Amino acid sequence: MNFAMLTLSEQLILTLAALILFSSFLLLAQSRMVSLIHTFAWQGALLFAATVLMASSSGHHHLFISAALTLGLKVFFIPWQLRRLVVRLDIRRSVETVGGPSLIMIAAGALTLFSYYVVLPIRELSLLATRNTIAISLAVILIGMLMIITRRKAVAQVIGFMSMENGLFFAAVVSTYGMPMVVELGVAFDVLVAAILFGIFFFQIRSGIGSLDVDHLNRLTEVDK
Amino acid sequence: MPLPIAQLAVVLALCSALLPPLFYRFRHLYKTLAFILLGLAGISAVFAGASALILRQAEQIILPVGLPWLRSHFALDPLAGFFLAIVGLITSVVAFYGPAYCREYEEDGQPLPPLTIFSGLFVSGMFLLTLAADAFSFMVSWELMSISSYFLVVYQHHRAENRSAAFIYLLMAQVGGLCILLGFGVLAGFGGGFAFSAMASAQLSPGWETIAFLLAFVGFGMKAGVVPLHVWLPQAHPVAPSHISALMSGVMLKVAVYGFIRFSYSLLGNFHWQWGVLVLIVGAASALLGVLYALMQHDLKRLLAYHSVENIGIIYIGLGLSMIFAGTGHPSLAALGLVAALYHCLNHALFKSLLFLGAGAVLQRSKQHDMEKMGGLIHRMPFTAGCFLIGCISISALPPFNGFVSEWLTFQAALQGPVLESGVLGSLIPVAAAVLALTGALAAACFVKVFGVVFLGLPRSVQAAAAVEASYGMRFAQAVLALCCLGFGVMPTWTVGVLSGISELLLHQGLPEATASGGLWLTPISPAAASYGAPMVLLGLALAWLITWLWFHPQRRRTPTRIAPPWDCGFGPLNARMQYTATAFSMPIRRIFSPVWPHKEELLPADAEQPERYSLQVGDWAWQKIYLPLGQLLLAAAKRAAMIQGGNIRVYLAYSFFTLLFILWVLV
Amino acid sequence: MNGWLLALLQTGLMIAAAPLLSGWVKWCKCIFQNRQGAAPWQPYRDLGKLFRKEVVVAANASPIFRIAPYIVFSVTALACSVIPLVATGLPTSALADVIVLVGFFALGRFFLALAGMDIGTAFGGMGSSREMTISSLAEPAMLLAVFTLAMSVSSTNLSTMISTLLLRPFQLYPSFIFAAMGLVLVALAETGRIPVDNPATHLELTMIHEAMILEYCGRHLALMEWAAMIKLLLYSVLLVNLFVPWGIATSLTPMLIMSATLLLLGKLLLLGFALAAAESGLAKMRLFRVPQLLGLAFILSLLGMLSHVILEVR
Repeated sequence: MNFAMLTLSEQLILTLAALILFSSFLLLAQSRMVSLIHTFAWQGALLFAATVLMASSSGHHHLFISAALTLGLKVFFIPWQLRRLVVRLDIRRSVETVGGPSLIMIAAGALTLFSYYVVLPIRELSLLATRNTIAISLAVILIGMLMIITRRKAVAQVIGFMSMENGLFFAAVVSTYGMPMVVELGVAFDVLVAAILFGIFFFQIRSGIGSLDVDHLNRLTEVDK
Repeated sequence: MPLPIAQLAVVLALCSALLPPLFYRFRHLYKTLAFILLGLAGISAVFAGASALILRQAEQIILPVGLPWLRSHFALDPLAGFFLAIVGLITSVVAFYGPAYCREYEEDGQPLPPLTIFSGLFVSGMFLLTLAADAFSFMVSWELMSISSYFLVVYQHHRAENRSAAFIYLLMAQVGGLCILLGFGVLAGFGGGFAFSAMASAQLSPGWETIAFLLAFVGFGMKAGVVPLHVWLPQAHPVAPSHISALMSGVMLKVAVYGFIRFSYSLLGNFHWQWGVLVLIVGAASALLGVLYALMQHDLKRLLAYHSVENIGIIYIGLGLSMIFAGTGHPSLAALGLVAALYHCLNHALFKSLLFLGAGAVLQRSKQHDMEKMGGLIHRMPFTAGCFLIGCISISALPPFNGFVSEWLTFQAALQGPVLESGVLGSLIPVAAAVLALTGALAAACFVKVFGVVFLGLPRSVQAAAAVEASYGMRFAQAVLALCCLGFGVMPTWTVGVLSGISELLLHQGLPEATASGGLWLTPISPAAASYGAPMVLLGLALAWLITWLWFHPQRRRTPTRIAPPWDCGFGPLNARMQYTATAFSMPIRRIFSPVWPHKEELLPADAEQPERYSLQVGDWAWQKIYLPLGQLLLAAAKRAAMIQGGNIRVYLAYSFFTLLFILWVLV
Repeated sequence: MNGWLLALLQTGLMIAAAPLLSGWVKWCKCIFQNRQGAAPWQPYRDLGKLFRKEVVVAANASPIFRIAPYIVFSVTALACSVIPLVATGLPTSALADVIVLVGFFALGRFFLALAGMDIGTAFGGMGSSREMTISSLAEPAMLLAVFTLAMSVSSTNLSTMISTLLLRPFQLYPSFIFAAMGLVLVALAETGRIPVDNPATHLELTMIHEAMILEYCGRHLALMEWAAMIKLLLYSVLLVNLFVPWGIATSLTPMLIMSATLLLLGKLLLLGFALAAAESGLAKMRLFRVPQLLGLAFILSLLGMLSHVILEVR
């Protein structure tokens, strides 16, 4: 399959895929909470654009509903909710990573390459022109996980979790024209509930241990040091 | 014909080593004659090597010496000829440089005979090594080279740091030698003979092939100084006399690369691409860490020694690319990588020797090792400064000098990564190329620092202010190398054409495309893919210069140049303490890459004698994290083992008794 | 023969037009900042004034100080002859590929930094140190971005690259977008624009380029300034011609060349306008934030290469 043989909208979807990966890198590199949330919103917007394009180019109109859900939840509601939380908890400027940022970036690059390597055999199963994006989606998922591991603050970890979900959603959209509607609605609803639950948990954690730094949970260890 | 001349070179070098014991009373005689013999040996080696390389012929001779069942085989093929020529060239240049440089030792009352003897042995060891065609003579010449260079490192043995550096050097050289010996052992076991021709025909299983390769990689890498086997290098090179440092850094490391190429290309031959990946990664790490560590050094020669690690890394990047391409069935690209690596061997020998000779001249005249105490030397040593500048430009890989050409070829080889089937490899290789680019740019920063702090600005010590120009012999040696740097930078097409003979020998594939567009253009893949017209670039530069100069020269009369004190934004009179120091120059880089070095930065409070002052200590992770723990482990193990040394005579007798019993049991 | 003549003409044109671009950017900036700017041809007047002025050289200057302006200028001028300006296939473009071009810039910078250290002032050393630090981070990012393009068109010769791109029907390459973004950031750093360095600043501890040439005056200063202007033009042409190549003449007919020149002029004026807008909108960064910017450039270039491998091959 040659790149030049793809239609323009398919090329555009591939470009959007690359941009989504880039936004994942940006999420990993952001050190300020508010810009982190904004970047997450941007990732949602890119996802929305990719879904709309996919829906219109493939004629699978149920994807429009997914796109609308993405727009509503991931671009507006969840970022707005998180932002409100951050403002109320007053952690707008906290800078918190574990390990050097450049090292994390290198790890993310290596993860991308690794997911490409892993996906190579799977890729042959899909017949879609956009199947090359499976590697990208896997990379987005893995980078989301890396973000959960390397961040100290619970809010950033939640964003990492959400961006993992973005990766899964993207994989479903571009490689198989989306999951069945029921599943998709369910997942969207889950994410929404998760966002609200996390919000409640943040307050609980903070009133419990006096901080949102999850390293403080180390106290709960079984073994006394 | 070339082989007898090469033999003559060996004999001449050995003669120069034998002079002091023979004519112990006539000091002036052997002092001058030894260097003349060494120079003649070098020139004949260049002649022999170059003719073997250009004529592309291989000769072999079996001498009736050696072990009873193994006569010594010596051979001269293009690969050996190339390295023989490099060794010879630097040796002959050093012979011009040496007499004046050694005068300093004489004035200090150091004995000259050991220096002369071991220089001769060292050079003849390297000559023999390139010529050796069986494992036995190879190892004998290898040890001759290692041990004589040990004595050269320890030459000024009244300093404690020289002794410890030499000890580490000897230790690592022996461990490396052991690995190489084992590697040869594997090949000889399967090939049924110690001659290289028997080893080359050995049929090995892939597992044994990889074991032999790894042994050779570690053994030769130990001598070549790849990360993390490099720790002896920055300690040993700075303490040797400068012309010996030039030989060690410029040539001995190349001889180790020669051994690696000989072992893996001509004896093993059947490449696995995984080896190439290993070599590529180790090479990239060496290049990057070498230059980063070099940036933090203030001792001029130690800085240059770390740059040797960097350049060996660049050579290994070329070799790694070549092995990857060879292992995946792209022989013409493999040839490109190999030629790039070989070209960089030549270039590094030239500019690193030039820089070490220049550093030696600076050290001798300013009596300083520390860059922070030099400065302004361009006014007092203009000739040395000019040659050193050429060396700096060459090592920073800037056109139109020679360092650029080999890095450019390496880039071109790396850009062919996408031809590989595996996308992962295909994208790893350009990243290695980006590391190479970072290395080159950091090297440029480092040499701006070196040249700016040592030669420009105001003198930072009384001795630096009183320095005088180096003597004629030393200047001549530097001029020859500087001209070579320019020559090999401007005539890459011819050089690549000659070097492709070696790749034809080793990979049965030359680089016909590279020289296809005429002598002016270097086109490694095809004219459309990439081209570099080095002579035209030089011409263009000269033309642009000429036009600019012709344009502005007439204005000189109208607007005369006025000499005035420096402006410095109107601040008060300038003094040497207000200049940027080497430490200050590298501060931004230290801050950006700070996890790379174990460093301690502190402000020492003022006391009765000295005002408040700044102290910075930069170490080496490899030393602190690998070698020190290893050394402690060994010491602890040795302490355990020392329990058997009871000190009681009856215990020792019992040992002998049990040994006797054991031997009898084995024999029966 | 025609080709050589045209190449020479093109080089001369680039050298002559470089101050105009700088003047245009300055003029646009003034408009954005609600000031009345000097005319876009003001840099010519400045250069002329400098050439007529007396030259003062510090007493402890070495020959390096005197030859550096000539070297910097001639290297930059030579770089002009390598870049395809309005037409591809000129004979001079085979002289050097894009890696050699990066080498030319590095050579000029090497001497510029040495000249900064020559007098022994603290300002000069500071400028040199910063310039070399920033460029050592910018160079790998630039080469990686260029490698991405080179792998896509399998050539490093600028002329071949551009003509290959022109021959292809329009494609939306993700890798090109990343490479373009990376290259823009690198170009900002290399030409000393905001947010890395401020071209308008004097006597500030934040400056880089100006700190190195503080001791220069008269024709030496003029050559250095002119070389910096040419460098800005070179990077602009490189960006415009690599990523928006449409309109470049692929054969040497007068009609095509005329239209290519006009089109290029339009593109460059637009780019200058955008640069002025960006410079008015952005604040200069702290020095130790610049590595993050260049790290971003490197990540962009890396992503460009990865997306080339993952999305575009096969």
